[in-house]
Amino acid sequence: MTTDTDTPSAPSPAPSGFDSDNAQAATIRDSAREYRDRLRGGDMGSLPAILGLVFLFIVFSSLNDKFLTTYNMANLVIQSGSIIVLAMGIVFVLLLGEIDLSAGVAGGACATIIALMLIDYDWTWWAATLAGVAAGALIGLAIGSLVAFLGIPSFVVTLAFFLALQAIPLKLIGSGGSLRFNDEVLRGLSIKNVPVTAGWIAAILIVVVFAALSMWNYRTLSAKGLVHKPLGLVIIRIVVLGAIVLGVTALLSANRAPNPALFNISGIPWVLPVVVVLLLFWTFILGRTRFGRHLYAVGGNAEAARRAGISVNRVKITGFIICSSMAALSGLLAASYTGKVSPGSGGGNELLYAVGAAVIGGTSLFGGRGRAIDAVIGGLVIATIPNGLGLLNQASYINFLVTGGVLLLAASVDAISRRRRSSAGV
Amino acid sequence: MVQPLLELRGVNKSFGVVHVLHDVDFAVYPGQVTALVGDNGAGKSTLVKIIAGIYGRDSGDYFFDGNKVEVHGPRDVAGLGVEVVYQDLALCDNLDIVQNMFLGREEKKGVGLDEITMESRARETLASLSVRTVKSVRQSVASLSGGQRQTVAIAKAVLWNSKVVLLDEPTAALGVAQTRQVLDLVRRLADRGLGVVLISHNMGDVLEVADRITALYLGRVAADVSAKDVTHSQIVELITAGRSGDLGIAENPLTADV
Repeated sequence: MTTDTDTPSAPSPAPSGFDSDNAQAATIRDSAREYRDRLRGGDMGSLPAILGLVFLFIVFSSLNDKFLTTYNMANLVIQSGSIIVLAMGIVFVLLLGEIDLSAGVAGGACATIIALMLIDYDWTWWAATLAGVAAGALIGLAIGSLVAFLGIPSFVVTLAFFLALQAIPLKLIGSGGSLRFNDEVLRGLSIKNVPVTAGWIAAILIVVVFAALSMWNYRTLSAKGLVHKPLGLVIIRIVVLGAIVLGVTALLSANRAPNPALFNISGIPWVLPVVVVLLLFWTFILGRTRFGRHLYAVGGNAEAARRAGISVNRVKITGFIICSSMAALSGLLAASYTGKVSPGSGGGNELLYAVGAAVIGGTSLFGGRGRAIDAVIGGLVIATIPNGLGLLNQASYINFLVTGGVLLLAASVDAISRRRRSSAGV
Repeated sequence: MVQPLLELRGVNKSFGVVHVLHDVDFAVYPGQVTALVGDNGAGKSTLVKIIAGIYGRDSGDYFFDGNKVEVHGPRDVAGLGVEVVYQDLALCDNLDIVQNMFLGREEKKGVGLDEITMESRARETLASLSVRTVKSVRQSVASLSGGQRQTVAIAKAVLWNSKVVLLDEPTAALGVAQTRQVLDLVRRLADRGLGVVLISHNMGDVLEVADRITALYLGRVAADVSAKDVTHSQIVELITAGRSGDLGIAENPLTADV
């Protein structure tokens, strides 16, 4: 750290007993040391995923000069959308220490329902979407109830649902058929872009609001002598977030048409704001609400949560409902990307990609650790692999091998860091 | 004699054909540490769970502050101001100290959590117990030592202005220095006017901090005595044989006609 010249003076000490408390994180250097200790102790967070993403970008951009073009970057955003949203749902069941193997096909089934509502019943896009999400919630309610009340391992329940739910699209569509998915708004999520001006306004708004909230939070906490991050770190975070948000906006606002003289393709694909809104919403729910806290508690120590008066069953069922509802949205985004729903939708690698994304992003398979942002970072890693390999004209078997390897690597990192955590006690 | 804060009278409890508690009377007084001792299987844990509201009673009455109360679950008991600190601590490793202390009873501000109030109150409580061993209240519980975890668990019980705190084997897994800290903390709780119940196998600990000792023997109360009236060996006899001299159960309950 070279920026610790703006180290704030240590705030007034806490009432008593915690003299080292404020000093502990008073300077950037201390924060850096604390972070290093956490890494050593096995609490890696999203770091492996970020390093992996950087590594993939370096490899693919050096092997193919098309990889880093704005056109391909926009593609990457669109391709990663449905994986990220599914992974965000999976984070909730992983936090509980459970698994949902049926999320992929649940997404396919819900997308089928959405498509049928649009085509056969002429529903508007939002009503159809609502119907799809409601179907997802119902699936989640069924899975969650079976897990919570009957105590069947979620692995088995969701495996059964994985098989059974594939019947829904097959019955509704018929084998061999497919439903077109060309609703103006829903298909537009993948093929249309936010107007450039609106994109910039939203991006700047996000950065300003984040900066204001961070500074306000810092001032409140330091004024009351509570534990807080040093000012330098707060500023670094604001700068990094600002750079990412504005950088991505700038990248996607440029004309990315392969033939810029003839066409103008510019602006943020609509998928991105959808993902950002979901990310903000779930980050708030997980970090700042009672339900979120209880979710972590149940995943960390269900018995402790029960003794604290938390209804463990209700938390579990809600977790599964959120997962399946997010799966419905993910199925919608996948259908929007391909422009059709077929009986096989969601039955392929979607689920394993999503679990991989969540785990690579830093969500633990053992419950109690994970964030919504993990799904975004991990989802980008997972989506980058087929994107980059596709540009290299590699046979698709390589794609499977690489993705499987990455998933295994992420799970190993998770297991090893868990073991180190328990020995280092971080 | 002062009125007991919490009192059980004539409690019986069976699990199937096994009669675990026979007409047990148990009282907790304010400002005193009552030690509950007994061998494995004597019924200590069952009694604690009945007090905590986890198990129901087959017969017998539950008094709090001199009034007969009906308790139907852990929430009712917590509502009375009775907190139990279990042997396996019931803390979530992945949450920090403040989050654990407020688990299940988080303060809210609007739709979100009021972290500022929670952290301030957690600090106040730890400071009022003269806890100085934890580095930061935002440390995750996984990083704490056994004694610190016990301290957090006890502070969690105290945070809610509880009147009675039951501690199940608080020093069982601790080293010498940490045991010292926890016993000091137990004494401070009683000095604050709380009724403290200490369940322990360690007679040294019991004799050091307890004001009263209730010994259970095969589901019966063998003795309910003042700690200064008994010696170490007398307690051991009460635990292992159910009687010691003129103290304890007159006959061996295994052979007596019940």
